[in-house]
Amino acid sequence: MTASTLQPVIVGAGPAGIRAAQALVAHGVRSVVIDEAARSGGQIYRRPPAHFARSAQTLYGTEAPRATALHSTLDGLTAHIDYQPNSLVWNAQAGLLDVLHGPTQTTRTVPYGQLIVASGATDRVLPVPGWTLPGVYTLGGAQVALKFQGCTIGRNVVLMGTGPLLYLVAYQYAKAGAKAGVKVAAVLDTARFGDQLAALPGMLTQPAVLAKGLYYVGWLRAHGVAVHTGVRPVRVEGDTRVNAVVWSDGQAEHTVPCDAVGFGYALRSETQLADLLGCRFAWDPMHRAHLPERDGAGRTSVAGVYLAGDGAGIMGADAAEWAGERAALALLADHGVKVDAARAAELERKLTKLMPFRQGLERAFPFPTDWAAHAPDALVVCRCENITAGELRACARDAGADEMNRLKALTRVGMGRCQGRMCGVAAAEILAQATGKPIDQVGRLRGQAPIKPIPIHLQAQAAAAHDTPAEATA
Amino acid sequence: MTTTTRVIDTDVAIVGGGIMGASAALALRRKGVDVVLLERDLCGSRSSGVNYGGVRRQGRPVSQLPLAQRAHQVWANLPALIGTDGEYQRSGHFKIGRSEADMAALEAYANLSRDFDLGIQLISGPTLRERCPWLGGRAVGGSLCPDDGQANPRLVSPAFALAARRAGAQILERTPMTSMEHDGKLFTVRSGNAVAVRAPVLINCAGAWAGTLAAQFGEAVPIHSGHPAMAVTEPLPFFMHWSLGVEGGGIYCRQVARGNLVLGGGSGVALDADRARSERSAIATLAVQAVELLPALKNAHFIRTWSGTEGYLPDRQPVLSKSSTTPGLVHGFGFAGAGFQIGPGVGEVLAELARDGRSTTPIEAFAIERFLPDPQAAVVEVASTAAAH
Repeated sequence: MTASTLQPVIVGAGPAGIRAAQALVAHGVRSVVIDEAARSGGQIYRRPPAHFARSAQTLYGTEAPRATALHSTLDGLTAHIDYQPNSLVWNAQAGLLDVLHGPTQTTRTVPYGQLIVASGATDRVLPVPGWTLPGVYTLGGAQVALKFQGCTIGRNVVLMGTGPLLYLVAYQYAKAGAKAGVKVAAVLDTARFGDQLAALPGMLTQPAVLAKGLYYVGWLRAHGVAVHTGVRPVRVEGDTRVNAVVWSDGQAEHTVPCDAVGFGYALRSETQLADLLGCRFAWDPMHRAHLPERDGAGRTSVAGVYLAGDGAGIMGADAAEWAGERAALALLADHGVKVDAARAAELERKLTKLMPFRQGLERAFPFPTDWAAHAPDALVVCRCENITAGELRACARDAGADEMNRLKALTRVGMGRCQGRMCGVAAAEILAQATGKPIDQVGRLRGQAPIKPIPIHLQAQAAAAHDTPAEATA
Repeated sequence: MTTTTRVIDTDVAIVGGGIMGASAALALRRKGVDVVLLERDLCGSRSSGVNYGGVRRQGRPVSQLPLAQRAHQVWANLPALIGTDGEYQRSGHFKIGRSEADMAALEAYANLSRDFDLGIQLISGPTLRERCPWLGGRAVGGSLCPDDGQANPRLVSPAFALAARRAGAQILERTPMTSMEHDGKLFTVRSGNAVAVRAPVLINCAGAWAGTLAAQFGEAVPIHSGHPAMAVTEPLPFFMHWSLGVEGGGIYCRQVARGNLVLGGGSGVALDADRARSERSAIATLAVQAVELLPALKNAHFIRTWSGTEGYLPDRQPVLSKSSTTPGLVHGFGFAGAGFQIGPGVGEVLAELARDGRSTTPIEAFAIERFLPDPQAAVVEVASTAAAH
């Protein structure tokens, strides 16, 4: 096979997808780049609508040079790729993707010869009583509001949970808000200060990144923002919308008045597409998640399908850029195109070298493994279907459910509009706690098309091209 | 290290924990018979748990109606029997006609099934528009069976297994059958080195995978797997009590209490021997038919699609009978995507066949012999050949 006969498709135009497209173009290979967003950059370097006039420095802070570099990379590639923004891949079958184009409300089928999935991540959500009140957002959602629309989720905001994003969002909110009268009421971190100290050795392998993190914390404290560590969120209070957060320091409960909350516990990979494509999954202890398997270059268990970026394990934006390029080189090499082996090796080395830092992050912002034990029975875990922790526990106890798909079948958890993308993590934690099984033993929700809800009339359009007689049954 | 196989002696061994096997286990326990059921996955996790959920007698071949009527009585007692109503409702089943020929076929069925008192009412003209303003323009009428209805298969099928367990059946889940022996008296079902179940009676309820077991006893039948395409919408304001079907087939649809519409029609594809999925063309076809049937669905969303693996025999009738070759062997499989309603009746019949060797419900149409070379015919042929000489 030669470069001209390849038919690669890249899903996602964040750091991984852009670098993958760039590497393909550098080898004379044109790719289709499908992205759900209106403009490239992914979540981290999300761009505001074209007519918004805020500087990159305002939007991305210290990340401005990286963001600008990526944006201009994609802008420079547009003549050499088939760039399809506003397009959601909602289904995949061998060799074909089903794509919904938002603005025209049409669906089409895109064939692929090779596929790089750079589907990114969402916030990892662990519910707290009151989390369904208006005014409660994820940390990522709070950040998107700021970056994309230039607005904040409230005027007096509590940011809560754990992970690097917690401090980044707090910093961005405090900084942006200084002029607009928006205040960060408190930063509530479930990680203990001791966790962060213990993580220092690993994190020193990336001193520049560590310095940035420390800078955010220092800046917040210097500007009078209350930062509490070792926190346990107790509840979000309010009648028609949030008006306070109650948290515990292990001894006493404290109340912080606020009008909005952003919370999250690091990120979770968007793996549905890899699942529909039949990629083999394995338990990953560091991510505390079942993830599609990939080798150092991004190859999956399915020939011709590659993974890059946070969609297959959270490694961050820099790693996503390297992994995107590396996956593209693997795709090319696997199909007989000559690539720079030294560059490929260098990229893998960089990715490997990042691991101690990544593990350090996990130590600094550990997953609150006692979350399920503290979750009251009345806590709504699945907000689409209004399923509580108590219902999940009762199902485990009374019906013997000890596996996620059985729990879903019997309780409806994960059966709503989000299809478990938001509640799946928490439901698995509750099931593990209720059954006494290790978290890796309770399984994962099977991926089912559509990845996100699709209007019925759009699917009807597609029927014209695939008119097959129906068989009678039931 | 050596592993010791756990040996269990019992009266009846059942292979397969779908609604057939599980309801047979429950029925046997209620007769005081000792029973062990082996299920390779989780009970009710395959076709029995992922089907459409129609609980419908209307439209079945008349030969199935005695069985369907028997099941109808079991459904009426569901909470007492299995500890849950499984969202079962006698909401009515409405079979739509889209032409005068369809209406004639529906009327013919109403006459054909008259002996069974299904209470079928034919509806057409202004009454149709009055009773179902949500129905698309192509419908000219339909046939309503008021006491047919719907239930949630995800809840009902596992609940039968749970009830059987509570009644004293040993339900061995995640226990695939790896070998089967018969010494003339006892069947021995093994699952690797973990367990060996010995029983004088064996019930084959292995669904789409039952053919292999039947073939081992010289009863190879022409069973094939089918994969109905299924989809569900987001919850919508409640507007439709009836479960809908269409004369001639094509699409079926019901609205659950939560508000979601469950739709089925057409065929999905097999991913492998065990797994299936609704693929794009099936979903697209379903979408076209859904909007035609219920125009209001146009702007609703499908939030999930799926399929299953179901056993079909050429005449779309099940095998529900004693083995023709092996005393003690009983078959119940091949329900052609229409087993959910009759399932609890099948369980009772299987229990009778297992314990008494015969059923009080007529099941002649479902004998496995119909697919086997007829030994009588062979004899007659030899005789007539001899006479010619």
